[in-house]
Amino acid sequence: MIFALLTFFGLAVLTPFLTRALGTRVFSLVALLPAAVFVYTALQSATVLDGGVVTEKVPWIPQLDISLSFRMDTLAWLLALVVTGVGALVMIYCSRYFSNDEPSLGRFAALLLAFAGTMFGLVTADDIYIMFMFWEITSVLSYLLIGHYTERKESRGAALQALLVTTFGGLAMLVGVVLLSVAGGSTSISTLVADPPEGAIVTVSIILILAGAFSKSALVPFHFWLPAAMAAPTPVSAYLHAAAMVKAGIYLVARFAPGFADTPGWMPVVVIVGVATMILGAWRSLRQNDLKLLLAFGTVSQLGFLMVAVGFGTRDMALAGAALLLSHALFKATLFLVVGIIDHDEGTRDLRQLSGLGRRRPVLAATALLAVASMSGIPPLLGYVAKEAVFSGLIEAGSAGDAWGWVALVGTVIGSAFTVAYSARFFWGAFAAKPAVAAADGGGASGPAAPATAAGEHHESHASRGILAAPIILTLATLALGLLASPLGSALESYADTVPGEGDYHLALWHGFELALGLSAVAIGAGSGLFAVRRGFARVQRALPPVVDASRTYWTIVHAVDRLAARITVFAQRGGLPQYLTTILLVFVLCLGVATALNRSWPTQLVAWDYPAQVFVAAAMAIAAVMAARATHRLAAVLLVGATGFGMVVLFAFHGAPDLALTQALVETVTIVVFVLVLRRLPRKIAQHNRPVRRRRRGMIGAAVGVTMGLVGFTALGARQAGGLGPELARLAVEEGHGSNVVNVMLVDIRAWDTMNELSVLVVVATGVASLLFVTGRNVTVPRLGDSRKRRQGSERGRLVGDPHTQHDAPDDRQHTWLLGGRTLVPENRSLMLEVLVRLLFHPAILVSIYLLFAGHTLPGGGFAGGLLAGLALIARYLAGGRFELGETLPVGPGILLGGGLLLATGTALGSLFLGGEILTSAYFEGDLPLLGHLSFGTSTIFDIGVYLVVIGVVLDVLRSLGGEVDRQQAEADEKAEATA
Amino acid sequence: MSASLTLVILMAIMYGTGVYVMLEKSLTRILIGFLLVGNATNLLIFLMSGRAGDAPIIAGGATGETTVDPVPQVLMLTAIVINFGVTAFILALIYRSWWLANLGDEGDDVTVDDEDAIEAEEAGVYHASLDEDDEAVRAQLEEAADQTDDGVHP
Repeated sequence: MIFALLTFFGLAVLTPFLTRALGTRVFSLVALLPAAVFVYTALQSATVLDGGVVTEKVPWIPQLDISLSFRMDTLAWLLALVVTGVGALVMIYCSRYFSNDEPSLGRFAALLLAFAGTMFGLVTADDIYIMFMFWEITSVLSYLLIGHYTERKESRGAALQALLVTTFGGLAMLVGVVLLSVAGGSTSISTLVADPPEGAIVTVSIILILAGAFSKSALVPFHFWLPAAMAAPTPVSAYLHAAAMVKAGIYLVARFAPGFADTPGWMPVVVIVGVATMILGAWRSLRQNDLKLLLAFGTVSQLGFLMVAVGFGTRDMALAGAALLLSHALFKATLFLVVGIIDHDEGTRDLRQLSGLGRRRPVLAATALLAVASMSGIPPLLGYVAKEAVFSGLIEAGSAGDAWGWVALVGTVIGSAFTVAYSARFFWGAFAAKPAVAAADGGGASGPAAPATAAGEHHESHASRGILAAPIILTLATLALGLLASPLGSALESYADTVPGEGDYHLALWHGFELALGLSAVAIGAGSGLFAVRRGFARVQRALPPVVDASRTYWTIVHAVDRLAARITVFAQRGGLPQYLTTILLVFVLCLGVATALNRSWPTQLVAWDYPAQVFVAAAMAIAAVMAARATHRLAAVLLVGATGFGMVVLFAFHGAPDLALTQALVETVTIVVFVLVLRRLPRKIAQHNRPVRRRRRGMIGAAVGVTMGLVGFTALGARQAGGLGPELARLAVEEGHGSNVVNVMLVDIRAWDTMNELSVLVVVATGVASLLFVTGRNVTVPRLGDSRKRRQGSERGRLVGDPHTQHDAPDDRQHTWLLGGRTLVPENRSLMLEVLVRLLFHPAILVSIYLLFAGHTLPGGGFAGGLLAGLALIARYLAGGRFELGETLPVGPGILLGGGLLLATGTALGSLFLGGEILTSAYFEGDLPLLGHLSFGTSTIFDIGVYLVVIGVVLDVLRSLGGEVDRQQAEADEKAEATA
Repeated sequence: MSASLTLVILMAIMYGTGVYVMLEKSLTRILIGFLLVGNATNLLIFLMSGRAGDAPIIAGGATGETTVDPVPQVLMLTAIVINFGVTAFILALIYRSWWLANLGDEGDDVTVDDEDAIEAEEAGVYHASLDEDDEAVRAQLEEAADQTDDGVHP
């Protein structure tokens, strides 16, 4: 079963591509899959009908006791046969129904196939959460399928309506499912039903689950979505909204009835809602002129009937319900498919415009006649057998003293009479010869406007080309199973027998003259009478006010929610970014302010300062911060912020944090350079837009946040009771990490997992920066001198001096210049002094950075500091030599550095897995090396090299984007400006 | 736990000024605020390592009484580097938005009022289209139900 499900979804993913090649023939191809699953299910018959089960189970979330468990018993077997069998036939029908130019055909085919798979999963799932998952997927797929004609308003509206109603029910059901599985201590449906828990919680959960089932199966008061869903293409109506999806609710009730039918509230809810739905649906059906809508209301009615049957909770009724479910799937799918053919060929499905079709299309008419007869319950068809069984079962229950039996009996007999009437009206409307219509047709298209049809333009006949195959097979099954009622009955009894209680009813065509037969006759008689007086009855119907108008309620609610949401949005989202920030900050101050106000543990030993110099540094930083806030020039603001950063360096250095001091110093330097690279393009002054009032308000918010954070700091200090982890970490660092720099060992060993994630953040950031600048495509490498040859022969050439590639003495130039890239700069931008200095310092700087990398394990340093220093060396080369210098210095793309670094880091992490350890376990070998002294080289060192490379990669990426690319764009803009001038 | 009052006050000032700048409309100002708040946050974490002391580098295989807690330092070290990455990213955003919007001398302000008006308008259009869809469904069903087949004589 799991394999079948995987195949379904795999094939569904491929279907759009197959459709491109095959057109509508793709339906015949994918129909093979549900057909194969149908055969597979049929092959399980021997096991299942003997009372055995086929199970498959794969653990999924053991913590929540959720597993992918599937279980096929008789009920699941029956439904699996229905959904795969009808599914395969509907797909074959689709291959004729649609034409190759149908828009979004591939999507449609894929969704239909996925739906068949989902239904199969839904009926075979044993885990209640997995079942629920499939349940919700069917809602989503139904939404997409109803909305197939995306350009039609009614399609979109109906799709959304169906989705909202069914997911609303689904949400209620989820709560019920959780309550039930917790109360019952199991997630297995079979276990829950076999050993049902009891209590108030269970009652609530069952009512909630019933609400879900009712919404899915379009029962009152959720029935309105189903007729609206007829906006879908007809095959969808036949499959989802007759045979499969709307049966999900019925299936669920049938599944739970054996265990929970005696739950308080179950019986009245099921019987009242079922009977009400049956009568209401049939009543409304009698008023429809669109054949499809007529069938849709008929389906609503039949779903009510089914709910009474499967939910009643006696053994005989369970048997009857299973038979009824099968018979309804067969005849209703047939009728929808027939309507689809009529719609296609005649261009309308309005029964006021159809006439004489029965004479022209005898095979079609005969097919429909059998299905209609089954719907009305006329022997010897399956519908008759099932209805007889329902009546008998209700009589049985009623005689046994169950008042609900009589209520249900009266209701279903009335409903059946209506059913006969609308069935007859359907057949008459579709096939009978109507002189008035024929006359109207002769005089041109003067009839009322036809409702929107699925594909009204296609008038060519499909009769000879196999479109009839699917409805004929379905209707023959109705006939055959009616005749084979006894063997079918004994097959279904293994489900019915799971219901506690007595019962010995068997399905059969003939039970002798008994009350049930009489009631059938009454229903048929009354229904026929009603059909005969239909015009008078229609007048009566029109005169009566509508009893239930659930759809109006739905619209009122949806509109109210829409309006409320809009109003809240307008209220909450105004004023732009500063306003949002203000809101966030005020909430922050309020929450943390209250929390700190309640605090009682303040730090005990507060000192004014750790050392006198601290005060001076802090004062300088505070002044710099305030000035940065007030600065009007961009550069000044940046430098002032940089001053606070360097202040941090001093604080760190005095405070026993050399690693931090080193890293912060390097980062501040790099940040200032990068800032300047960008800001050189922006106007020098920061525009002032804020009015003075705003300024005061901002000041107040700033002060509030500052004070709050100060209090938070005090509170946190006071709250801390235990001493630090310092000594233990030091021990770990030496013994396990082979290093004496605790901070670095923690980064690359003890907390390496975090560091790895942070590296990936850096890679993402670098990629983000690059993609913001290189919008059209990411260059793999940094541009080198050769790349620019073409450009420099063009208009830019005049601005260059001493081009090494266009001059004859180029080879010599390579040896007689300090920085190659410097040649590409305009003379006034060059500084020989700088070039010499950079050239002399570059290699020592790289050496030092490598030293920092390796020494980091025992002394201040490490991958971050080393990488930053190397990055700084690159920056120096760029500043002195321009953007081509960057490529000449490091002819490797930043992508390779970033990827390589990440690979080293993750490789170390995974490597230890392969060697049998936990992830990120480190291994070491030690030795004495000249110059570097005693060295302990371990996997954590490789990890640190990864860090080093990633940091260089980030700096390089930032540099070539914000440096090189900005240069290039500037040059381009200048060129354009020159050209236009 | 003891701490230096100076550092706590400094942290509060940096938070306050950072937030003050961050509430402006200019993206550069927002970035400056971000940097100030970032430094202030680092300082807050740093405060948790207590009083100043010796670096957590073990000489001779043992740590003394005055060695500072290394945990906040480790947390901050990566934070500092990631701060740099985010700064670079915001700078790229600033440059890109300036370049695309062709703002020229106007700089890099985030627009406030117009955007919201457009959003509200879009929301209105969206609602209207939903309402229309619902109306179409209703019409479809009601039109079919309100008429009878009286026009046709069997």
